[in-house]
Amino acid sequence: MSNDAQPPLIELRDIIRIYGMGEAEVRALDGVDLQIEAGDFVAIMGPSGSGKSTALNVLGCLDRPTSGNYRFHGTEVANLNRDQRALLRRHYLGFVFQGYNLLPRMTALQNVELPLIYKGIGHGERVERALVALKKVGLADRANHDPSELSGGQQQRVAIARALAGDPQVVLADEPTGNLDTKLSVEIMELLHNLNRNDGLTIVMVTHERDMAEYARRLIWMVDGKVESDRLTAKGAA
Amino acid sequence: MLWETFKLAFQAIQRNPMRSFLTVLGVVIGVAAVIAMVTIGNGSTAQVTADVETFGANRLILSPGQGRMGPGSDASSVKPFTLSDVDKIVDQLSSIEIAVPTSTSQLVAVYGNENYQTSVTGTDSGYLSVADWDLSSGRSFTDSDETGKAVCILGETVVEELFGNANPLGEDIRLENISCEVIGILKAKGASTFGTDQDDLVLIPFKTYTRRIAGSADVSMISLSMRDGVSTDRAVNDVTMLMREIRRIDPGDEDDFTVNTMEQLSSMLTGISDVLTGLLSAVAAVSLLVGGIGIMNIMLVSVTERTREIGIRMAVGAQASQVLLQFLVEAIVLSVLGGAIGIALGMGFAAVGANVLNIPFIPDLGIIALAFAFSAAVGIVFGYFPARAAARLDPIEALRH
Ligand SMILES: Nc1ncnc2c1ncn2[C@@H]1O[C@H](COP(=O)(O)OP(=O)(O)O)[C@@H](O)[C@H]1O
Ligand SMILES: [Mg+2]
Repeated sequence: MSNDAQPPLIELRDIIRIYGMGEAEVRALDGVDLQIEAGDFVAIMGPSGSGKSTALNVLGCLDRPTSGNYRFHGTEVANLNRDQRALLRRHYLGFVFQGYNLLPRMTALQNVELPLIYKGIGHGERVERALVALKKVGLADRANHDPSELSGGQQQRVAIARALAGDPQVVLADEPTGNLDTKLSVEIMELLHNLNRNDGLTIVMVTHERDMAEYARRLIWMVDGKVESDRLTAKGAA
Repeated sequence: MLWETFKLAFQAIQRNPMRSFLTVLGVVIGVAAVIAMVTIGNGSTAQVTADVETFGANRLILSPGQGRMGPGSDASSVKPFTLSDVDKIVDQLSSIEIAVPTSTSQLVAVYGNENYQTSVTGTDSGYLSVADWDLSSGRSFTDSDETGKAVCILGETVVEELFGNANPLGEDIRLENISCEVIGILKAKGASTFGTDQDDLVLIPFKTYTRRIAGSADVSMISLSMRDGVSTDRAVNDVTMLMREIRRIDPGDEDDFTVNTMEQLSSMLTGISDVLTGLLSAVAAVSLLVGGIGIMNIMLVSVTERTREIGIRMAVGAQASQVLLQFLVEAIVLSVLGGAIGIALGMGFAAVGANVLNIPFIPDLGIIALAFAFSAAVGIVFGYFPARAAARLDPIEALRH
């Protein structure tokens, strides 16, 4: 998988993220080293409070590490300012959240268009690309529905379409099935699995369900802000 | 991108139309007040100008005593004019074309069973030229009338009150204890800016007035008409110098008479409307301020309500400046909409007001543009702080909201 000529897509080295100060100091990330190659599907598991979300936020450039190096495509991004991080997210990253985070009173299509608006893509092409993304998640026929008219599973699929719409290099998902029952969770995981396998989409996903993690290729186990184990799943080993 | 921002702003405003309207009410009221007042002010200025023209634009009025015409002038202690003053002015001053004496009393005019109190002015035939006034029928005073004949010319209001639809020409009316024949009728002029009815008068020859009504030869005022092309300043100066000489006023002493020009009169009237405009501008400024604070308040609420939306937008790549612009544009659109409603309302009020006050309705494009600019400025100034608060949100915190 690794290729010496090309730097890995994501490379974290000794990432530390400290919340609070003095007595109240919390080391949410305490020296994380991690490499993720393009096309990988990584699941992050670990006990509650072990730093999974913090790690994902740092990977997604929503947050900035207290110290350490983060190379994205070989470029150091740990010290980017707010606006530079926004640009990075806009052009390279997509997000899926536990609570879907769709904008109410906007149709599914408009929600999926959102990243494209900030990419400066004109209306016609935007609608086209948003529809392609909706089709990928199997919701082209719900394009004009408001989120309130969609089931939880459908909302999460719209959110995945939104994450895909801007053609990101990585999709970061924080407990994407956390609000869904097993049947719907399996549907979402199959969707993600297919996007990874068929489109080569790189996915990093936090989950607390073993069954869901098994859809990934690689499983990272975190404890106390550190990577405790990093191995291939059954699928990855196959 | 900017177009998207505007679209977003309109959507956000539409989502809560009632709240949006209440938010901009202050701006609406402020702008409406300014627009209505300026428009009505323009109309009344135009009316004053038109009135001055009906009054005779070339006219000067010479009255005894210091101070302006009208209430407050102390008539008892002043030295009146004489007929020879009138003659001297016309004979000696090339800047003055016509000078006519006028003296006025409030009297009851009687015809048959009808009584009507009106103002009776003793003057001569030149009065019609000075006041730029024509007869609708009949004739003016002849030289023979002016030797003291009992004849009169009626204003339209007096005709209506005493005669109704009947023809007054040739009829006799009684003024006090004299009976005079109606020889002419004045064209209607309508109400003046002061609201007084200019057609409510009776003219009789000056000598008839002094001998049979006043009992003294005093001239209480002299109406003058400047020769065409003569400047008002020159005419006023000429009259002042001559009157000082006639009335033997020592150099250094003040005039004991006053020359009023139509310019003074109209500037006095526009002065009054300037004060009103100033007052209303203050009211408008206060309501714009209150309106701006209203917008700021509701935008802050909106930022709080939409924290998660802001987080989502930031997550998909919105920069702080884009979030700032979004909320700023929303505040500006809100206040400009308020301004537009205010302009429409103000115009409506002005149209109704102009109708009620019987003045012309003159919309002013400049002030409309200014009102738009002001409401946009209110949006910028008071929208900036909430917009900055939105732009400064931390995306992770905002998403957790
Ligand atoms: N904004 C914050 N301020 C202070 N402490 C935080 C903040 N976010 C997370 N933490 C702390 O950091 C640790 C890791 O949190 P998190 O990454 O959310 O864990 P996980 O997602 O694995 O449950 C926890 O102890 C949590 O309390
Ligand atoms: Mg978490």
